[in-house]
Amino acid sequence: MKKELINEMNLRIPALSVNESFARYAVSSFVSQLDPTLEEIADIRTVVSEAVTNSVIHGYRDSKGDVFISVKYYSDRSVKITVRDRGCGIADIEKVTQPFYTGDPAGERGGMGFTIMSSFTDKMKIKSVLGRGTAVILIKRLHKDA
Amino acid sequence: MQQAKCNIEYDEGILVISVSGDIDHHSAKPLREEIDTNLYLYRAKTVIMDLSGVSFMDSSGLGLILGRYSRVNDLEGRMIIANPDESVSKILALAGTDRLITIKRTDETASHRYFNTEVKRG
Repeated sequence: MKKELINEMNLRIPALSVNESFARYAVSSFVSQLDPTLEEIADIRTVVSEAVTNSVIHGYRDSKGDVFISVKYYSDRSVKITVRDRGCGIADIEKVTQPFYTGDPAGERGGMGFTIMSSFTDKMKIKSVLGRGTAVILIKRLHKDA
Repeated sequence: MQQAKCNIEYDEGILVISVSGDIDHHSAKPLREEIDTNLYLYRAKTVIMDLSGVSFMDSSGLGLILGRYSRVNDLEGRMIIANPDESVSKILALAGTDRLITIKRTDETASHRYFNTEVKRG
């Protein structure tokens, strides 16, 4: 059976670190409509926080810009989260997705952002063009009642 | 969302750092500065980082913990993580932190007296 789009939200926020928490709670609040488990909601908060933080730190390198967040959920209880920026883009996607790789050693972020995003979701896709920006697409399938 | 903060207590060679609230990129920097000031001030043999009050943590929090672990090692002390909740434990396990740093749990919020006794016993 073909899955159908049930609901969607779009959010545009300035790339400010203070908005990282707003973004994760806004998305988790929206996804709560699907009655997710506590673990699922914690996973969603975490991956949104990672993606938005990457846009703030690496995409815009603490300069001005907006982060665009789109969330869609479907009839099969899958949730598609897209976090997009118009920042500097990623030169080598394979390199930045390696565990413990960090482009900001002084920031002590641990280099686990993409590893967490990949592990806490069912699918992660990164699209990036140098000088144009990056989009991280995350798909998570929520539990189904027995 | 809860504002991140930390409470720091020192007693007989043991520094207890109780962190609460959300640890993310935005909150990690002021926490790091406050914790490091106290690490260098007390140079404690044992540092207990009590995470029982942490409501959210992402990789920035992980970086904060690993960075403090490194500082404590440089000061020839040892660090113990106390009472991470399930979501924090999941992040710690993913990064292998649970194999690097001792993690202890108590049945309620970290009883520092319990830890002091445990630590003195070795």
